Amino acid sequence: MSPILQAVHVQKYYGAFQALKDVSLSVDRGEVVCIIGPSGSGKSTLLRCASQLESIDGGVIAVDGEIAGFRRSGDTLVPLSDGQTARQRQNVGMVFQRFNLFPHRSVLENLLEGPVRVQKRPAEDCRREAMALLERVGLTAKAASYPNELSGGQQQRVAIARALAMRPKIILFDEPTSALDPELVGEVLSVMKELAKSGMTMVVVTHEIAFCREVADRVVFMDGGAIIATGSPEDMIVRPQNPRVASFISAVL
Amino acid sequence: MQDLAGIDVQRLRISRPIPYRQVAASALLLAFLAFVAHAFWVGAIEWHYVSDYLFSAPILKGVRGTIVMTVCAMVIGIVLGTAVAMMRMSANPALRWAATGYIWLFRGIPALLQLLLWFNLALIFPTISLFGFFPVNTVDVMTPFVAALLGLGIQQGAYTAEVVRSGILSVDRGQMEAAQSIGMTRLRAMLTIVLPQAMRVIVPPIGNETIGMVKLTSLASVIQYSEVLRTVGDVYYANSRVIELLIVAGIWYMVIVTVLSIGQSYIEKYFSKGWGRAADVPKALSDGPAAMGAA
Ligand SMILES: Nc1ncnc2c1ncn2[C@@H]1O[C@H](COP(=O)(O)OP(=O)(O)OP(=O)(O)O)[C@@H](O)[C@H]1O
Ligand SMILES: [Mg+2]
Repeated sequence: MSPILQAVHVQKYYGAFQALKDVSLSVDRGEVVCIIGPSGSGKSTLLRCASQLESIDGGVIAVDGEIAGFRRSGDTLVPLSDGQTARQRQNVGMVFQRFNLFPHRSVLENLLEGPVRVQKRPAEDCRREAMALLERVGLTAKAASYPNELSGGQQQRVAIARALAMRPKIILFDEPTSALDPELVGEVLSVMKELAKSGMTMVVVTHEIAFCREVADRVVFMDGGAIIATGSPEDMIVRPQNPRVASFISAVL
Repeated sequence: MQDLAGIDVQRLRISRPIPYRQVAASALLLAFLAFVAHAFWVGAIEWHYVSDYLFSAPILKGVRGTIVMTVCAMVIGIVLGTAVAMMRMSANPALRWAATGYIWLFRGIPALLQLLLWFNLALIFPTISLFGFFPVNTVDVMTPFVAALLGLGIQQGAYTAEVVRSGILSVDRGQMEAAQSIGMTRLRAMLTIVLPQAMRVIVPPIGNETIGMVKLTSLASVIQYSEVLRTVGDVYYANSRVIELLIVAGIWYMVIVTVLSIGQSYIEKYFSKGWGRAADVPKALSDGPAAMGAA
């Protein structure tokens, strides 16, 4: 079975600055991969490239065997149209550090926007599914509320439900708890743990080392735009083999 | 310093001195209004002309002309302005330059001059056609209505473009990204996610511009479009009741602007959906992750 997400020799430049240096990463179905590393190491950039919010300058990214953003014609990659790229993005859910819920839509409408208006699935089915998702994140009572009426933790749980409502093949989390007050971090992490248990394929950029250790199947350490080391939580966090990983872990713990 | 212990606090009363300054200001204001009203009353104004003409057929025709022109020119201005704002923020440099050039040109030329240019287009282009097809005489097409509509609508588009652009810039970039992450194209995300939020910022200045447009339509009287100032003029050329009829026009402008202001507050309320005061919701009411079960 092919991996759900496959990045091969990915290069990304911002002007002359190289933000991703030859990054290769493969995530299997049902796998939970946590990415850690110092600030500015390219973690967000990698997720943004995988979700096609940024274009890449070299290498290939494939989602479930389908090349992202390009059509292969012989040995050349031809960029896809905006519409085709948008269709591919439906397979990749994204949860942002600052939630990015649509403030002019109620919680339920936030969940329905994608499946009903973009994917054009039957409204009644979507509504039932959305309510089930809200129950899963513990927010049934907030269906009619607007995002600005919710706490940060509740907003992030809605954002996770919104991503799930698209039935994505993989969900990418970019520091989902970094914008939260400390007492609200737990409720978001517990939703993510439940999601991981349910078999969702996830890539999580996070500074929550304890979460990585408990939930991750694999931990990836990035620094300076490159993947420096990858391994089990045991090898990466509990007893880091690589000296750079070891000094990072001891600094954040 | 006094010691409170020696005072029967129960007996103390707070005095309310008369606010002389406020009374004086109010009296001055009333006196001024009385003076103005008196001046108008004793002035050589035949008020019954005002009431006679306020609802007369030619005046109402002019009022309708003013309203129709305001609405049509604003629709053109808003559609054009929104398109140009999006072009100006496009990744395509040709679109950006075209938008910038349009704004530069049509904001730079006085509105009256633009009306006259459109109205006299026949002087340089006696006929106009679509790449040689459907040729028509310019004088037949460029009626006062069309010339005024083009002149006012196109220059309004240049102003509206900047208003819309500032509205779009006020919306967090993350909104576009979140919309894209659920599979929307950029255009769709712009129209259904970003622009509706930008409206909160866009509506107040557009309301301002609409009120400005009501009065700007009076320029169209110069090219024989029958809006209220022109029909009022037609009447006073005949009966010489200049001030009375100008007062009639003034009353109608005030009525239109008042109605528009009320409409604006409703539109603002509509687009503020979801922006109620978040602080009103007590955090403690949040239902925690207990529903998730022990994870
Ligand atoms: N739009 C951009 N333009 C220019 N440089 C950028 C841009 N986005 C990111 N960078 C640069 O790319 C590098 C990687 O950024 P990235 O956001 O991926 O880091 P990160 O690992 O997510 O860091 P953090 O933990 O602080 O979020 C940084 O040096 C950053 O300055
Ligand atoms: Mg980041």
